Amino acid sequence: MKIHEYQAKKLFAEEGVPIPRGRVAFSVEEALDVAKSLEYFPVVVKAQIHAGGRGKGGGVKLAASPDEVRDHAGAILGMNLVTHQTGPQGQVVRKLLVEQGLDIRKEMYLSLVPDRATANIVIMASLEGGMDIEEVAEHNPEKIIKVFVDPLSGLQPYHCRQVAYALDLQNEAVKSITATITRLYAMFIRLDCSLVEINPLVLTGDNTVVALDAKVDFDDSALYRHPDIKEMRDEDEEAPLEVEASKFNLNYINLDGNIGNIVNGAGLAMATMDIIKIAGAEPANFLDVGGGATSEMVENAFRILLMDTKVKGILINIFGGILRCDIFAEGVVRAAKNTGIDIPVVIRMEGTNVDLGRKILAESGLKLETASDLKDAARKIASIIKG
Amino acid sequence: MSIFVNKHTRLLVQGITGREGSFHTKQCQAYGTNVVAGVTPGKGGQSHEGIPVFNTVKEARQISGANASMIFVPPPFAADAIMEAVDAEIELIVCITEGIPVLDMMRVKKFMAGKKSRLIGPNCPGIITPGECKIGIMPGPMHTPGGPAGVVSRSGTLTYEVVHQLSGQGIGQTTCIGIGGDPVNGTHFIDVLEAFQNDPETKGIVMVGEIGGNAEEEAAFFIKNHVTKPVVGFIAGLTAPPGRRMGHAGAIISGTSGTGQAKLSAMRENGITVCENLGELGEICKKVFV
Repeated sequence: MKIHEYQAKKLFAEEGVPIPRGRVAFSVEEALDVAKSLEYFPVVVKAQIHAGGRGKGGGVKLAASPDEVRDHAGAILGMNLVTHQTGPQGQVVRKLLVEQGLDIRKEMYLSLVPDRATANIVIMASLEGGMDIEEVAEHNPEKIIKVFVDPLSGLQPYHCRQVAYALDLQNEAVKSITATITRLYAMFIRLDCSLVEINPLVLTGDNTVVALDAKVDFDDSALYRHPDIKEMRDEDEEAPLEVEASKFNLNYINLDGNIGNIVNGAGLAMATMDIIKIAGAEPANFLDVGGGATSEMVENAFRILLMDTKVKGILINIFGGILRCDIFAEGVVRAAKNTGIDIPVVIRMEGTNVDLGRKILAESGLKLETASDLKDAARKIASIIKG
Repeated sequence: MSIFVNKHTRLLVQGITGREGSFHTKQCQAYGTNVVAGVTPGKGGQSHEGIPVFNTVKEARQISGANASMIFVPPPFAADAIMEAVDAEIELIVCITEGIPVLDMMRVKKFMAGKKSRLIGPNCPGIITPGECKIGIMPGPMHTPGGPAGVVSRSGTLTYEVVHQLSGQGIGQTTCIGIGGDPVNGTHFIDVLEAFQNDPETKGIVMVGEIGGNAEEEAAFFIKNHVTKPVVGFIAGLTAPPGRRMGHAGAIISGTSGTGQAKLSAMRENGITVCENLGELGEICKKVFV
């Protein structure tokens, strides 16, 4: 789960990690009030959306006076911000963070992520602060240092010193970054983070490190033990159909194509998307109904696919294991009757109780095209596109 | 021959009295798996469908002589259940549970270093040696005993699809393993590939990967240097967008790493026969293995 910068900074502040003074604002007037409450100008007006790359997209502006705050806040609030992470459709800005400008001596990069291969927490740091770190990693990997922390023994002071000296910090700044890393690590573990990233982490004139930016993601599987974090979810940042699907425990991701698909199992769902592409069409979604799908879930899956106006046909690919084909077929029949499906549907079913499932579909009187195997399914999908 | 499980495997089930645990224990028994014990804390001394239930894995192991465990414990308690099985020196632990927090699994992984147990999963369909032993939730009947193919996969139903096509082509399986879709898991592709290489009955290997991480790249490199048997590879998720978690916790392209194309290239460069269209996997295996 992702949260906004202002929410991440609130967590930082609670943890004792230095951040610039500032506050979130939902209107131009509020932005102005926040700016006036700060000590001096310039202040920074920052769009609050989940995607990165906001600065390049025009969502971050320096304001030297109240008038400039008014201008920038007015321009950014409500704008459709397009960044390399939002995709071409962009994301509407609904809130701003207004912050004190700082006396910056140096910009650095700092992040904590789990390393899946070694099962360590890796601290990544670089002197190339403020840059797109993916680009640095690709073109100048030597400019990123990595320090691995064993989650069983935990963070030790030497880990912090390795980071501090690699970043050419001295004296008070070493103490400052050590305190910051220690607090971030504690937060990372306590809140089950999947990413804590500060880009840039800045060194100010008084030799303190301050988190100028903040990005924190959480492990979805661990949210059950963090109800307070769950509260921070912002559904405005998610695709409406995905929010709808999540209400029914459907694993759904909206994509750009025109062939919808319903599959059980994540791997088979991905492979089915790929088959649609090979057939010459584009998948409209990823949808895994899971192993324990009920006929109600299947019905909702249909309803959500049909809400996507791009969808011109649907491919269903079910390999019955725990999910029996007869149960699934009943769900399909009910869904078809309740939602009034008026686009072509190709069904390929295999596995537990498949004969019973096929019989239910055949006797339903619905206009469903059945496919004997995956190649046949792909052919039938291709003919829908041409048709 | 086979790898990791066979007719001598003595299985205990952690979480045997739960809905899923109970259902799949019966399915495994029906397939012929020798289920010797169950563990549910607080229900020790009872019997579940004729299987003795114990409070702890240690006690269950001592009395029943179990050498493998299948875990159906809910996510908040699953890491603890794995570590309990490791501590009881169970040789093979198969964790079916989906949704274990990543940090919990990282601690489990570190805890297991230097210990005797092998963990398969979590978030996996399990392992089956057709005709001998099934530990997991895969439908048994579609499998064909006797080899010559070994199957290793990160997915569940996608593995069923692969096995279905193999059996359809008359290609039997020695052992089929789902290593799971989580970012941190116990047994990796490389561990399974090495075991298949050393198993005389396995004549060819099907490796089914997906986007995210770089386990497939490492496996491809391992195959080049250590595997002499033919390998057919498939990667799911070539059309997946970056930055989105595709169902499995581990199936995510982060920036430029973990893409399907990179994995396909690594497979091709290291001598693996790549199948790009899942519908053709069985036919390709027939050409390569038979």
